Amino acid sequence: MLDLAIDNLLSPIVLSFVLGLGAALARSDLSVPEAVAKGISLYLLFAIGFKGGAGVAAHGMEGRLIATILAGVILSFALPVLAFALLRGLSRMSRTDAAAVAGHYGSISIVTFVAATSLLADAGITSEGYMVAVAAAMEAPAILSALWIISRNTDSDSSMDSDLWREILLNGSIVLLLGSFMIGLATGEEGLERIASFIVSPFQGVLCLFLLDMGLIAGRGLREAGVLDRGAMIFGVVMPIVGATAGLLTGMVVGLSTGGVMLLMTLSASASYIAVPAAMRVAVPEANPSIYLTLSLAVTFPFNLTVGLPLYLAAAKLFTGG
Amino acid sequence: MQTHEAKRVEITIEKVMERRLTDTMKSAGVSGWSVLPVLGGSGRTGEWSREGQISRGTGLVQVVCIIHPDKLDPLLEAIFAVVERHIGVICVSDCAVLRAERF
Repeated sequence: MLDLAIDNLLSPIVLSFVLGLGAALARSDLSVPEAVAKGISLYLLFAIGFKGGAGVAAHGMEGRLIATILAGVILSFALPVLAFALLRGLSRMSRTDAAAVAGHYGSISIVTFVAATSLLADAGITSEGYMVAVAAAMEAPAILSALWIISRNTDSDSSMDSDLWREILLNGSIVLLLGSFMIGLATGEEGLERIASFIVSPFQGVLCLFLLDMGLIAGRGLREAGVLDRGAMIFGVVMPIVGATAGLLTGMVVGLSTGGVMLLMTLSASASYIAVPAAMRVAVPEANPSIYLTLSLAVTFPFNLTVGLPLYLAAAKLFTGG
Repeated sequence: MQTHEAKRVEITIEKVMERRLTDTMKSAGVSGWSVLPVLGGSGRTGEWSREGQISRGTGLVQVVCIIHPDKLDPLLEAIFAVVERHIGVICVSDCAVLRAERF
């Protein structure tokens, strides 16, 4: 376990993240241009989706795919309820803020998922290719769950109009991830081979650059950590472990492989910072975005990347015998 | 050269609300507007910058339109309903245009 943790901490992707984090905390003017960051994120989503689809094409469709997607959706609905209860116990933040934060912890961070797939690849552990589709399926239910919590616990007028539904279900990340998954599924290993020089070989290097940017963003967020009380900070590292435990149990019930269990743990442990904040700004503008973005980006994301992922891999190996 | 009175309305609003605002403006009879990105600034919650904003939920845009003075009140009522619960600033100023029939 210790070796795994040290290997992870000394991996190029984590060190790139640390570089960005340190540069932001030192107030360096280092920055990744917005358009470059957007391009890299499109590349990563396309690559991870395509490889997932090609993996399913190679190993064939299985009934477990539907069961895992359903399990992911249930987790995404349930985790915000757990997160809300935990947050109300640990922190003094308002019910509206707590519910908005809870929604983020039921949804997922695709960058954390990508880093987890990279860790699995380094460890030589395979996983179910359809976990990409599970990631996409887990993005939105948590938003509904958070809005339900808000309607039950606060006077806020949180509503979902048809535009918001469309924005959530057809947001660019989901469309690209599922679209590239379908292309990978349709073209299979042969398709993957044809573009491997683009989406396989450069993948780790591009991921390093993206994590450098994520480090910069997390570092800037940490500078605003004053908006969080101590309880919220504790929540930011406890909730991922609670989520990962739920993912571990669910993955074992569904019967996933060691790699699949680790990825489901990662999805359950991660918190959204792209799709859910946008939905919360539209539906619950009273909730303070500094709180949920700082928690998700500056506390939970670094925790998962540095400590969480090797921990989840060790637990997955231990409990699945992998 | 002959000029005509008009009103310039600037609405600074969260990017996620842009489409909702412009749809409302269209319903209120506004046929033209421009959308400008806001690079950064300072407000009640302190300074902020567009740099490094990864979430689609953050960031501001400014929507600018020039209208005939008669359209001002209905437009303000319509857009206030959109902006009311959100971060936003609505600013109205007098201006002059050369081709009144376009507004």
